[in-house]
Amino acid sequence: MRRTFLGMPTTAPAGVGQLRGAESFPAAARRALGDAQLRRNLGHATATIRAKSGAVIGEVPDWERLRAAGSAIKADVLARLPELLEQLEQRVSAAGGVVHWAADAIEANAIVVDLVRATGSDRVIKVKSMVTQEIGLNEALEGAGIAPVETDLAELIVQLGEDRPSHILVPAIHRNRAEIREIFLRAMPGVDPGLTDEPAVLAAAARRFLRQTFLSTSVAVSGANFAVAETGTLAVVESEGNGRMCLTLPRTLITVMGVEKVVPTWRDLEVFLQLLPRASTGERMNPYTSMWTGITPGDGPQEFHLVLLDNGRSAVLADEVGRQALHCIRCSACLNVCPVYERTGGHAYGSVYPGPIGAVLSPQLTGVVDNASLPYASSLCGACYDACPVKIDIPELLVHLRDQAPHPRAESAVMAAAAYAMDHPALFAAAQRATRLSRLTGRRGRGLPPPLSGWTAGRDLPDPPAQTFRQWWAQR
Amino acid sequence: MRIALFVTCLADTLFPEAAKATVRLLERLGHEVAFPPGQTCCGQMHVNTGYQEQAVPLVRRHVRVFDPYDVIVAPSGSCVGSVRHQHAMVARRAGDVRLAARAESVAGRTYELSELLVDVLGVTDVGAFFPHRVTYHPTCHSLRMLRVGDRPVRLLRAVRGLDLVELPAAEQCCGFGGTFAVKNADTSTAMLADKMRHVMSTGAEVCTAGDASCLMHIGGGLSRMRAGVRTVHLAEILASTEQDVVTDGRGGLVVGS
Amino acid sequence: MNARETILARLRAALDPAPAPVTVPRDYLRDGQVDLDLLVDRLTDYRAHVHQVAEPAVADTIAGILPVGARVVVPPGLPPAWLPATVTVRADDGHDNSEITAVDGVITAAAVAIADTGTVVLDGSPDQGRRVLSLLPDLHICVVRAAQVVANVPQALTRLNPHRPLTWISGPSATSDIELNRVEGVHGPRTLHIILLP
Repeated sequence: MRRTFLGMPTTAPAGVGQLRGAESFPAAARRALGDAQLRRNLGHATATIRAKSGAVIGEVPDWERLRAAGSAIKADVLARLPELLEQLEQRVSAAGGVVHWAADAIEANAIVVDLVRATGSDRVIKVKSMVTQEIGLNEALEGAGIAPVETDLAELIVQLGEDRPSHILVPAIHRNRAEIREIFLRAMPGVDPGLTDEPAVLAAAARRFLRQTFLSTSVAVSGANFAVAETGTLAVVESEGNGRMCLTLPRTLITVMGVEKVVPTWRDLEVFLQLLPRASTGERMNPYTSMWTGITPGDGPQEFHLVLLDNGRSAVLADEVGRQALHCIRCSACLNVCPVYERTGGHAYGSVYPGPIGAVLSPQLTGVVDNASLPYASSLCGACYDACPVKIDIPELLVHLRDQAPHPRAESAVMAAAAYAMDHPALFAAAQRATRLSRLTGRRGRGLPPPLSGWTAGRDLPDPPAQTFRQWWAQR
Repeated sequence: MRIALFVTCLADTLFPEAAKATVRLLERLGHEVAFPPGQTCCGQMHVNTGYQEQAVPLVRRHVRVFDPYDVIVAPSGSCVGSVRHQHAMVARRAGDVRLAARAESVAGRTYELSELLVDVLGVTDVGAFFPHRVTYHPTCHSLRMLRVGDRPVRLLRAVRGLDLVELPAAEQCCGFGGTFAVKNADTSTAMLADKMRHVMSTGAEVCTAGDASCLMHIGGGLSRMRAGVRTVHLAEILASTEQDVVTDGRGGLVVGS
Repeated sequence: MNARETILARLRAALDPAPAPVTVPRDYLRDGQVDLDLLVDRLTDYRAHVHQVAEPAVADTIAGILPVGARVVVPPGLPPAWLPATVTVRADDGHDNSEITAVDGVITAAAVAIADTGTVVLDGSPDQGRRVLSLLPDLHICVVRAAQVVANVPQALTRLNPHRPLTWISGPSATSDIELNRVEGVHGPRTLHIILLP
């Protein structure tokens, strides 16, 4: 019995990591919407990135063909995932790496903690990675007496500010330069008290602060953007060089990746390395991409561990419609074009995966019941689908997940009654007349009863017309 | 040409002027309009709120009612989007392959008003007269589900007397999203606030669009602010002529008391 | 059942019924003529300094970039003729990282350059050296031959060997983390010179 159960697709466990918010999206969004500074910061940042990304995508004549190829490669990956992972394991091992398998966040954290302990180091340097945030690795390391140091500038801002990331690509997008300066002055040891809020000055402060840590830490933890099954090659795409530091300087490198990050062939990178930078940072190519296959004697880490993580991905894969969420290459283009994200920011989504992709990925990783409000955190405007470099039909997924979400009893009753009336034209016509009557006897233009009152709080309802269209038609 | 009007439940109940204008416009262009009385609602609200099973009878009804017609038009990008992108899916998920095939067939004959005029009837100048400063909001479903592109703008440019002004950040959602406006009322309101700011920045007297639902949302906000900008459905502008001008609240898609 | 078997069993169960096989459409652009002017334009756009000179002029060009007496580290296989007499050169023989971080600059060759994106790729060959060399110094001078330039990313991948450690470099170290504006200069070299040979 146990054996069968273990082998079935399973959602991510609760109580570890950051996939579940403490409150519903509407409640968290309400608070965020009241933060005028946040709204300004997000509006400025998302408008900037939309313009940059649009310009460099416009330079690529075959963008739609690249999107189609990227989408198909990812569909192929999912269709052949077990065999590709076995191939990846074999190639990485042959190149001198050690492959570990983690069924969930708890197992992955235990593996990483044990590996770090074995090195004797009480500190690790980290490359920004969504997956290690998803599993709560930093908390697990701290619990084991190991200090994780985030080296990405935005992650450092978040860590020093004792804050939470709010964007996949730019975790401190909710902070402006003045706020970042304040955080550095308050929390960065040895910082120049004359620090200005010039971005170049702030970046230089991070460079000075982290340099000695890079040189003196013997273990690094990274995620992976891509892992090539055919060759065993791992790829990390970054901008600042902190990734190169982590992937090059320490003796031991531990890379944690979700199982869906594997791609079949070396050649497949030619698609994703064109799609990802233009869709994410709006650059033709990000400043640095590192690729490594196992270990290289005399160059870089001499010990390499790859942790392959499930943590709910098998459950996502089991849903034939929902599995396309696993195509995601974490570019965050959907966040930058989303009118909901632009106004609420990332924290409202509760999970480390915010925005449209988070609204479809988090509920699937945890089971919809645990993130029941997220599939509704969208007006279904469709901007995310157009922006996605691997063509994830996020609106379709949102609608699909809403169908699985638990529904409030009162709403279900209303929907059932509406569906019944709408399937009986005489009843429907009567209901239309009743709508008019109830509106005429109520306060015109204002209040609807709850739960519809939220809409009329800020808007007037139309005056009911003298006759419905069908009454007019019948009389003409 | 004989054209079946898919009126949409919202226009039927709350915005009959948009539907009447569609009829007047098509008849003025020399076509015959039929109104299949068995129609009610396409079921989009049920599908988008997570009640696909309850949408199945509505899809079945819609397909049965409209299957006899060669050309079907709705003054709504959103409802046509539902017919085109959701009906067959709902049927397939309910295991009804035959219904799915029929739904696809009906969807292939169903057009949003600007699509019908430009693509099927081949007109951009419909002989309309509307002497007002107008800005056009491309609704999300007409823009991104149907890809109507610049068809509505081409139609508006050909309207005599009409001063068309560009809406800043036009492609951003107004925040309606059906039950989104209820379930996430605060976020919806924030989106609406930006849309209204952009509408008012144009100095237009009239904000138009191809969807009564989005206009209800935008118009409801503008009315509450006493902004002095009214919302008028694209069909009403196109139906308007020197002899039959949309002049006041009852003729337009005016909201509020 | 260990974690490996558990995960593989879960994934196999999730893929039952088996999805249809996928054919990947590869009709995106792969051909393309190399356009050196485009490479220069792209490099410059991302704030790399580009010098187009003939090979005998490399040493003089480098002498013009680095002040007299500057200390540089170079990979062991770098052509000695490229090195000016005005700088102090240390060929890498496994220096420790604190020594490398203390030099004024590094000079390397490259494996491939991509015109479309303004990228140079280093693959750890003897004239490029260990990855750390082009990482810790604050200034990187990279010498690229025209024959190493390809038009686009697909062409670059066909030339590269995945079994070598690869570093793709597009401009100096930068970040977009502050208000999404690109700012040059974080952890990698803050100044990048590309010497492009015919």
